[in-house]
Amino acid sequence: MKYFPLLWAALWRKKARTIFTLLSILVAFLLFGMLQGVNSAFNQAVEKANVNRMITTSSIALTENLPYADMAQIEALPGVANVAHASWFGPYYQDPKNFIFTFPVEPDRYFLVYPELILPKDQLEAFEHTRTGAVIGADLARKYGWKIGDRVPLHSTIWTKPDGTSDWNFDVVGIYQVPSDRAQESAFFFNYKYFDEGRSFGKGTVGWYIIQVKDPTQSAQVAATVDKLFANSTDETKTETEKEFQQAFLKQIGDINMIVTYILFEVFFALLFATGSTMMQSVRERVPELAVLKTLGFSDTAMLTLVLCESTLLCLLAAALGLLTAWALFPGLKDVIGVVKLPAPVIVEGIVVALLLAFVTGIVPAWRAKRLDIVEALRG
Amino acid sequence: MSAIVSLHNVVKTYTRGKQTVEVLHNLSIEIAQGDFVALMGPSGSGKTTLLNLIGGLDRPSRGEVNVAGERIDQLSSGQLAKWRARHVGFVFQFYNLMPMLSAERNVELPLLLTNLSGAQRKQNVLAALTVVGLADRAKHKPAELSGGQAQRVAIARALVADPTLLVCDEPTGDLDRTTADEILHLLQMLNKDHGKTIVMVTHDPKAAEYASHQLHLDKGQLVEGSAHA
Repeated sequence: MKYFPLLWAALWRKKARTIFTLLSILVAFLLFGMLQGVNSAFNQAVEKANVNRMITTSSIALTENLPYADMAQIEALPGVANVAHASWFGPYYQDPKNFIFTFPVEPDRYFLVYPELILPKDQLEAFEHTRTGAVIGADLARKYGWKIGDRVPLHSTIWTKPDGTSDWNFDVVGIYQVPSDRAQESAFFFNYKYFDEGRSFGKGTVGWYIIQVKDPTQSAQVAATVDKLFANSTDETKTETEKEFQQAFLKQIGDINMIVTYILFEVFFALLFATGSTMMQSVRERVPELAVLKTLGFSDTAMLTLVLCESTLLCLLAAALGLLTAWALFPGLKDVIGVVKLPAPVIVEGIVVALLLAFVTGIVPAWRAKRLDIVEALRG
Repeated sequence: MSAIVSLHNVVKTYTRGKQTVEVLHNLSIEIAQGDFVALMGPSGSGKTTLLNLIGGLDRPSRGEVNVAGERIDQLSSGQLAKWRARHVGFVFQFYNLMPMLSAERNVELPLLLTNLSGAQRKQNVLAALTVVGLADRAKHKPAELSGGQAQRVAIARALVADPTLLVCDEPTGDLDRTTADEILHLLQMLNKDHGKTIVMVTHDPKAAEYASHQLHLDKGQLVEGSAHA
């Protein structure tokens, strides 16, 4: 700590340069926080996938529907405990930017295979018995101020009615919670019957099946049995674990991990040169001052450490500010990724990256300071 | 009095490209403890080279350098750094203060290498600034001080760790006559009242008159014996 005033003063020797360098590192770490945060949020969602559940989709594409009649055959297979289904409704509320994750489901089946969705019994019953009934996540209800009894109109971007309109009206009959993962409280479920009767095409089909297996260790066997059952039919299936399904679903958006890695690699590669040259220049300008420190008795190692500490201070300060800004802005992405907080591992990862950056950009000037010849340096 | 600085048959050569230049030729001198010595001579005579050897900033190519009871020509770079911190205070022509640090922070620098507490360091810094008459300028940065005041801060920095020896390289070279005299009086006071051994390089015969002995160098050799001021 006693060296801190010396380090701090050295850092601010050229204020404008330090501010611009700080800003460039800050922006890089802001980007790092946001991108890695999104990536981490998606990965966390995949990691939280239930091992008891498997998803059966069309082997052609996720967007191809499967016959509703397949459900009974799947249900009859050994190893299968329960089966539910869901479909992609793709609607928005009032404005296209108010996109809502909405799925037509059969209430009793769906809430059976997703026990983590907590819905009061009376609300589940109301859901089953109300044709236009909908159950919404607590977070979604908070966001739009919806409550039980409200009538909510949604505009589907896929499903039209026989009259050519795409506007569907729902009555909110229940609000579910997911205490173990609040990010899941933003979905909108409604009755499959209302959906199937009301749509103008695709009747008698579902988007995918959710299979709850009796024994997770038998998942591969069950998957093979399901796919074998529909092999060589017009609707061949692809059954995979919930985790694999979620990964495949995310890959439809793109390989987020790879995109994030490429962007960050390029940002930090550019930053290496910017920060590295700043540190080099800073040390070059201070050669006589560093020589004086050595004259006073600072050893070669002390000089190396001082310059490395200086670059660490610069990088850590800027990274902390960048990550703090990302942390403050992150809740703004809640609607997109459903996560309200910047995940802690991203902050830890950011600090590690900042330390690495500090070392890589500081080591050459630090080595130069270590090797400084006092007599030559004082001679100027 | 016993010799605090003792050089025997010291040779110092520098290599410039393919050329080797011998700056000091078999130089032998002794400086007694508590002495105030002015090293004089024309440019290129080897004064600063000799000062650098005495201060442990450089090593001889041949010969022995004993300062404060230690063969410093045999010390490693790390040992030499520790030795300098313990035994030598440096004063430069252009003060060489850290521009971004206040006077007190500049003076504190040598104490960072000691085990003194923050409070002890502060106390010693104040004492050193008081000795040079600048206690009231402790918070000022070098740019806010006159040349004479900056040099006083540099002297306080050289003194603060209570070194055995003060090594001054043209300490008045950048100052006007009046300010130079004030600085030289200060050095003289440190020598007489505080018993500091001082070795000072100067071109200025008037500055040399403040020393108790003068050593003249020419072409790397001592050309004259000591002369009492």
